[in-house]
Amino acid sequence: MENLSGGDIVIRALRDAGVEYVWGYPGGSALHIYDAIFRQDDVKHLLVRHEQAAVHAADGYARSNGKVGTVLVTSGPGATNAITGIATAYMDSIPLVVISGQVPSSKIGEDAFQETDMVGVSRPIVKHSFLVKRPEDIAATIAKAYYIASTGRPGPVVVDIPKDMTDPAIKVPYEYPKQVAMRSYQPNERGHSGQIKRALKTLLAAKRPMIYAGGGVIIDNASDLLTALTRKLNYPITNTLMGLGAFPGSDRQFVGMLGMHGTYEANQAMHHADVIFAVGARFDDRVTNATEKFCPHATIIHIDIDPTCISKTVGADIPIVGSCKTVLTDMLELLDSMGAPDSDALAEWWTTIDDWRARHGIYTADRFEASGGSLIKPQDVIKMLHKVTGGDAFVTSDVGQHQMFAAQYYLFDKPRRWINSGGLGTMGFGLPAAMGAQLAHPDAMVACVTGEGSIQMNIQELSTCTQHGLPVKIINLNNSALGMVRQWQDMQYSARYASSVYEDSLPDFVALTEAYGHVGMRVTEFDQLESKMRECFALKDRVVFMDIVVDRAEHVYPMQIAGNAMNEMWLSKTERT
Amino acid sequence: MQRIISILLENEPGALSRVVGLFSQRGYNIDTLNVAPTEDPTLSRLTLSTNGDEKMVEQIIKQLHKLIDTIKVVDLSEGPHVERELLLVKVRAVGIEQRTELRNSVEIFRGHIVDVTQTSYTVQMAGDGQKLDAFIEAIRDIGTMEVVRSGISGIARGEKFLLV
Repeated sequence: MENLSGGDIVIRALRDAGVEYVWGYPGGSALHIYDAIFRQDDVKHLLVRHEQAAVHAADGYARSNGKVGTVLVTSGPGATNAITGIATAYMDSIPLVVISGQVPSSKIGEDAFQETDMVGVSRPIVKHSFLVKRPEDIAATIAKAYYIASTGRPGPVVVDIPKDMTDPAIKVPYEYPKQVAMRSYQPNERGHSGQIKRALKTLLAAKRPMIYAGGGVIIDNASDLLTALTRKLNYPITNTLMGLGAFPGSDRQFVGMLGMHGTYEANQAMHHADVIFAVGARFDDRVTNATEKFCPHATIIHIDIDPTCISKTVGADIPIVGSCKTVLTDMLELLDSMGAPDSDALAEWWTTIDDWRARHGIYTADRFEASGGSLIKPQDVIKMLHKVTGGDAFVTSDVGQHQMFAAQYYLFDKPRRWINSGGLGTMGFGLPAAMGAQLAHPDAMVACVTGEGSIQMNIQELSTCTQHGLPVKIINLNNSALGMVRQWQDMQYSARYASSVYEDSLPDFVALTEAYGHVGMRVTEFDQLESKMRECFALKDRVVFMDIVVDRAEHVYPMQIAGNAMNEMWLSKTERT
Repeated sequence: MQRIISILLENEPGALSRVVGLFSQRGYNIDTLNVAPTEDPTLSRLTLSTNGDEKMVEQIIKQLHKLIDTIKVVDLSEGPHVERELLLVKVRAVGIEQRTELRNSVEIFRGHIVDVTQTSYTVQMAGDGQKLDAFIEAIRDIGTMEVVRSGISGIARGEKFLLV
């Protein structure tokens, strides 16, 4: 067995865990580890400009390719800056390992320089965390961290390593564990076969079925299985914000996203369904609206790998604890032997749904004013993005109106193409997440749909893009206001725009982008949009920042009316269900 | 209603704070909490009592299971079980009359006097929560100076046992 210093062991263990890239930022307590990085070539480090961005970038990497993202930060402010990123990943069940330097063991608790109790601070927002106590434990701890992060319901794991653990003068034998076994952690993948049969029976007997699929399907790489089952049944399907792409967005059976800004037909169909088949979704409050009025006629079948998600907000009639992949596989195998759907009832159900679609669906006709001249509708920008990229880009977003427009109008046909902070709703996520997606897919088109508010929360990462050659495209829907805040202020606060406008303080984004060495474009006329956007994506090796001036008055619709059932929505500023 | 939850936990630094943190984080209450290593020093046995409706208790148990450090979680209140709590109470005891009355009460409640001064008795008593409440109530007028309760420890009756 080879003797190595703790710092070298960290990096060797990362290599042996299959890690290619680490996003991070050095500092005192992490310097032994950084020195170990410098002395090898297997694990590559990408320097960011702010630790929050390191975590989002690792997160975007993980979401876009399914691998575990890795982050390295120093103690104290390095660690606390990572917190928002960790919380973002935690809420969306993204597998990450965040290694934080810590002050030397002998100094812990003394309020040493750059000391923060990282295990304590991160405790409510991690799947698990470790504080390394002996250099001999580093390899096994890192192996456990990757195992825990990536199995069961994935999530971020923090490994806090005091500086003396990585001391170059102390060498201990290195061995990476061949496998990890933990008596206290044994995630259950297989669903209960009796429950699966009961679920299928109920599903096949449905007159008005709805399939409601969430991010769990994407995380578990079960989109093909879900698509096969949905097509075989010919049932309508809706995806959550996190589940977009789990089923092809341009397919006839797809009724759009559901929930607060879901489509009219998706929310109506959910409300009137007699059987809801929830797969890898968690009945989030942005989906259900008032839970006591949620889907009053439905028998609910719920597949989730995390038992705590079952009957947390909405009771499940037929719960199945298991991974989407194994349960859907079992269901597909059993389906033919269990009979066929009621085709007459289904035909009638489709007629009803198609009627809803025709009446108020956002895909059957434009439900917003036509763009023209200097009026550019944000929805049209997303539709143009879909057109120009052939619907094949990785699209990241920040948080707000632009995020909802992107979710509604960029019809995602493939999983892992839509990357957004659905659970935590973190502004500043989009650009670093795009960097991560671009790193994972160097030849792919990666677009960050953002707004002038969100982009400024991590705009410093334009410099990271320069350093590491990450040619992401930034689609800035610039309405000179915090759009979603403004929309709520319009709707609930009589248009009193408290702190949602910037006066004249916005930067010249084109000049700013150019200062970072990138290409900036400003679009103010609708007839320039297509040509400029084509020009943007033709610049394959460059970061391009498209600053697009969009209609400030536009709202996101449909919008569920708070405190009501799913199907009660504003459809425009004046029209409600 | 009150529930008594028994947990077998890895005896690791931070494990207890994850359990306690879970309760505050999710808005659950801990009424009592009792924890100590088991005969296997790598394991801790924890008993906690909480209040909540059926749905909340179900969530609490599932959330506790989800913690990486927990090995077993059971709701003892679901079946026959023994629950005990230790009470140490320092009571003012001045004059023969008061001291006699106290000794009688302690005897009735099957407690022990474990420390004596000129002016006080320290009483030790084990039992379920209701019994201890009743004793404290019985001696209230005499003048309790300090009350220490261990929180509930519990174990299932019969052949059932909690092991790795």
